[in-house]
Amino acid sequence: MSRSDDIWILGIHMTKFGKHPNLDVVDLGAEAIQGALADAGITMADIGVLAAGNLLGSGSIAQQLQKQVGQTGIPAYNVSNACATGATALRTAIMAVKAGEVDMGLAVGVEKLAGAGLLGAGGRAKADNDEWERNGRFGAVGPVDGRIGTESMPGVFAQIGMEYGHKYGGADFELFAKISEKNHAHSTLNPLAAYNKAMSLEQIMNDVMIAYPNTRPMCSANCDGAAAAVVINGEKLKTLSLEQQRRAVKVSASILTSDPWQEACQVLPDVNTLTRSAAHQAYEQAGVGPQDLNLVELHDCFATAELVHYDNLMLCDEGGAVDFFESGAAHRDGRLPVNVSGGLQSKGHPISATGIANIWEVCQHVRGEAGDRQIEGAKVGLAHVIGLASACGVHILERSAA
Amino acid sequence: MSTATQIPFVEYLRLEPTPHLVANECTSCGARYFDRRNACAACFATDFSPVDIPTEGVVRSFSIITFAAPGVEVPFVAAVIDCGGTSVRANIINCPPDPEHVSLGMNVRLATTVVGTDSAGVEAVNYGFEPA
Ligand SMILES: [Zn+2]
Repeated sequence: MSRSDDIWILGIHMTKFGKHPNLDVVDLGAEAIQGALADAGITMADIGVLAAGNLLGSGSIAQQLQKQVGQTGIPAYNVSNACATGATALRTAIMAVKAGEVDMGLAVGVEKLAGAGLLGAGGRAKADNDEWERNGRFGAVGPVDGRIGTESMPGVFAQIGMEYGHKYGGADFELFAKISEKNHAHSTLNPLAAYNKAMSLEQIMNDVMIAYPNTRPMCSANCDGAAAAVVINGEKLKTLSLEQQRRAVKVSASILTSDPWQEACQVLPDVNTLTRSAAHQAYEQAGVGPQDLNLVELHDCFATAELVHYDNLMLCDEGGAVDFFESGAAHRDGRLPVNVSGGLQSKGHPISATGIANIWEVCQHVRGEAGDRQIEGAKVGLAHVIGLASACGVHILERSAA
Repeated sequence: MSTATQIPFVEYLRLEPTPHLVANECTSCGARYFDRRNACAACFATDFSPVDIPTEGVVRSFSIITFAAPGVEVPFVAAVIDCGGTSVRANIINCPPDPEHVSLGMNVRLATTVVGTDSAGVEAVNYGFEPA
C-alpha cells in the first residue's frame, strides 16, 4: 500500500442534469461511476473504497450501485449530509486514501428530483389535533411552520440574504434578481445544465414569487442527475501513465465543517460562520488565497444565498458582497467568475450529486477541457456546498504541474 | 370578555401577567434557548434558568412566503426579530404582507392571536410581532 499526503482527482464525471424519466437512481449513479472510471483510465478492480450519497431513494445506494458496476467486496459507505452529501462522500473517500488504507477511492452522489416541487415545501398535509396536545422540542400544540416563521427552504434562504442586506445595506430584490440573471446567462454555455435559457431581469422579477425576494427562477432547479469522482494518492499516481498524471487534478484542500454555536442559530440557520471557517481552513491547507482563484462554484441554492457566500468565501472584503457583484467580478468575463456552470439555479440541484458536480465543473476548467465556457488559463478553483442543519464542504482544486 | 380557557401555542410563550416569551438561559455563559437542551450548545454547561425576553424588538430579516407546504396558509411574513439582543423567530402580524409595509429595521412589538379552539373549548394562543 502506497501512502502520501497529496490527493488527486484521477477521474470525474457528471451526467446531464435534467429530466431522466427512463432512468432510476441506480442507472444514473452507475452512469456517473462508469464515466469517472473511464475518465480515470481504471476499473473497479483498482478501487479500494466506495462512498455514495442519495437522500431521497430507498437506501444502501452504495451497494445497489456495486451490483451494477462491480461487486469487489470493498468497504462501502452510505453517507447522508443534506445538500453537502456529495462533498461528504468525496471527503470520505479522500480520508480513506489519506489514511493510507487504500490507494484509490470512489465517491458518487445521485438524486432523482425532477418534478419534486420546491425544497422544503412538499410533504404531508398538516392537521391539528382534536384536543390540544403538546409535541416536539417547543411543546407546540400544532404545526409551527407558517405560524412561527417558515420552514420552507426558499423562505429560510430569503431571510439569510435579507439579513445580509440589513447588516450591510444595498441588497434588494433587483440585486438578487441580477445574480440570478448572471447564472441563467452562464448556463447557456453548459450543455449538461438542466436549463440553458438566458432570462432577462424583467422575466426573473416578474416570474412567480415563491418567498420574497426569491422568485421561481431564483430558486435552485430540482432535477435528476449524478456525479462521481475517483481519488488517488500522489505516490500511486506516479506509477500511472504520463497522460493520467497530466490530467489529474490536485485536491489542494478538502474541508468539511458543521455550524459552531452562534446567538441566532436556533431561529435562523447560520450558513455564514461554518462557510467562513471552512474557507479559512481550505485557504490555509492549500496555501492559496482568494486572490489566487480563477473560478468559484458556490452553493447558490437561492439567489439570496449566492450573495452571502461571496463574503463568506472571502472573495470580497467583509460587507463588500454587493460591491463585488456590482463590479461585474462574478460574471464569466469578470475578475473572479462565480458559477460559470449556471449554478444550482440553472444547471440544477440534484441534491446528493451537487457536491461532486461542482468539483467536476472546476476540474473541467483547470484541465482546459470546459469547451465553450472555458475560463482561459484557469489553474486554481474552489468548490463550495452547504447543507442545512448544517454542513459545509469546501474543496480547492489545482491544475497538475505534470 | 371571553371566558374560554386559553393555553399558549408553544411552551416558551407565557400569557400571564401579560404575553411574553421565556427562554432557558445557560447560567454559565448566558446563551438562550427556546427549547430544552441537555447541555448548552455554546459551553456544554447543564444548568439553565428561565429569563423573560423583551416584548419589543427590531426586524433583522424577513421573507414574504407565498408558496408553502400543504396546510400552511399563505401569504405570511416570516421574520427574525432582535429583542434586545435575543433573536426570536416569528411571523409579522397585523400588517399587510408586502414589501411596502414590512421593512428591515422596522420596530415591532409582541402581539397574540388565537390559532383555534379544540373540542374541549380551549383556545390556543400564538404570538407574532406587529408594527410598533
Ligand atoms: Zn452556556
